[in-house]
Amino acid sequence: MSGVRVLVGTRKGAFILTSDGKRKSWDVSGPHFAGWEIYHVKGSPADPNRLYASQCSGWFGQQVQRSNDGGKSWEPVDNKFTYEGVAGTHLWYDGTPHPWEFKRVWHFEPSLDDPDTVYAGVEDAAIFKTTDGGKSWNELPGLRGHGSGPKWQPGAGGMCLHTILLDPTNSKRMHIAISAAGAFRTDDAGATWKPINHGLHSQYIPDPNAEVGHCVHRIAMHRSRPNTLFMQKHWDVMRSDDAGDEWREVSGNLPTDFGFVIDVNTNEPETIYVVPIKSDAEHFVHEGKLRVYRSRTGGNEWEPLTKGLPQENCYVNVLRDAMCVDALDPCGVYFGTTGGQVYGSADSGDSWTPIVRDLPAVLSVEVQTLQ
Amino acid sequence: MIRVVLPTPLCQLARVSGELQLDLDGRVTQRTVLDAVEARYPMLRGTMRDHVTQKRRAFVRFYACEEDWSNESPDAELPAEVASGKEPFLVIGALAGG
Repeated sequence: MSGVRVLVGTRKGAFILTSDGKRKSWDVSGPHFAGWEIYHVKGSPADPNRLYASQCSGWFGQQVQRSNDGGKSWEPVDNKFTYEGVAGTHLWYDGTPHPWEFKRVWHFEPSLDDPDTVYAGVEDAAIFKTTDGGKSWNELPGLRGHGSGPKWQPGAGGMCLHTILLDPTNSKRMHIAISAAGAFRTDDAGATWKPINHGLHSQYIPDPNAEVGHCVHRIAMHRSRPNTLFMQKHWDVMRSDDAGDEWREVSGNLPTDFGFVIDVNTNEPETIYVVPIKSDAEHFVHEGKLRVYRSRTGGNEWEPLTKGLPQENCYVNVLRDAMCVDALDPCGVYFGTTGGQVYGSADSGDSWTPIVRDLPAVLSVEVQTLQ
Repeated sequence: MIRVVLPTPLCQLARVSGELQLDLDGRVTQRTVLDAVEARYPMLRGTMRDHVTQKRRAFVRFYACEEDWSNESPDAELPAEVASGKEPFLVIGALAGG
């Protein structure tokens, strides 16, 4: 019997939500690491019982927790993220040089075939890797070493590397995204990187078409089409069909194209989901209605999905790592809000139910499909 | 034997309850006390001091004998009462935020 395990990171701990393949009734465990910010929890595709959690605190800094039993027990592993060589500077909010300083891990991306190998996207933006299950972390310095590094600047949420996409057909290719530097790709397993922001247009930077400086919020990929990428930028929903070399806008009829999350239906590579947010000044959903928008045409034509979601007096946000899809058929879609709700749909988004309603603000949602 | 009291989040992280009791040879300073704590509980590395610079984290304070030692030299001798175990060395999560 198949099932799903939803891993939820919140401002005050982690929660694990489990269900069978019907996805109707749920068991809730947590809070794990109560009181700590959990930016992200993710499981290894190679070993579903191996989980990694980013645990941090303004007082006591970064911790990394590892579970070998699907989240029943946890052990702290190495929490030392040291930039390779001379850290150098990036731009601060006021445009002056600012030393690179590690603050937290935003995102873990476990290897597709080795549970001991994990990539970590951190703030200030850099990518680290472990090959020993988290006992040690080493930077892939080619990313910050790209010539544009000194020009990178933080977004309002910090200068975070929040997205890591592994190409299932090419172990040497990865895509990452940084707020507010943009998207980058490596074709040599992280040794060198190139910016892939051509076609992005951002009116809030001096040169709207600059090579770097774009506030990319999230990128998503379907496993069967790794050259097709979908992006939720600060404003604009974008699409690339050549692994990021060129982007075109597919915002179409969305009521607002500001937002954070974007994801792709597991069974339909042209079906994508976003949650439009009113604006960068008003980080809540448009018109007081919580609506997921779905496109079955790979963008441009969008339909609101509202069944089971609040359609009045709703003013929550959905943060960039807080939406995911499972691998069942029909596809399950999950997202969490800053109001502490985690919603799930077992029918590709046609209808929604709250799995939990009153958690701390949700930072991240991931799902594992269990056989 | 010295005594060290950790804030609750660090007790949870280290999976200890109550105060720590550690044997320490030689000088008793903030540095030697914290070195001893981290040697016994490696998961606490980086939580009180920066991994690289060894500077105190901004919202962590160190108290001993009703005095704030946070801004003293990490190599200054702590009071004899701490060195003898009569008084604990306190690691405090500073009050911050609303």
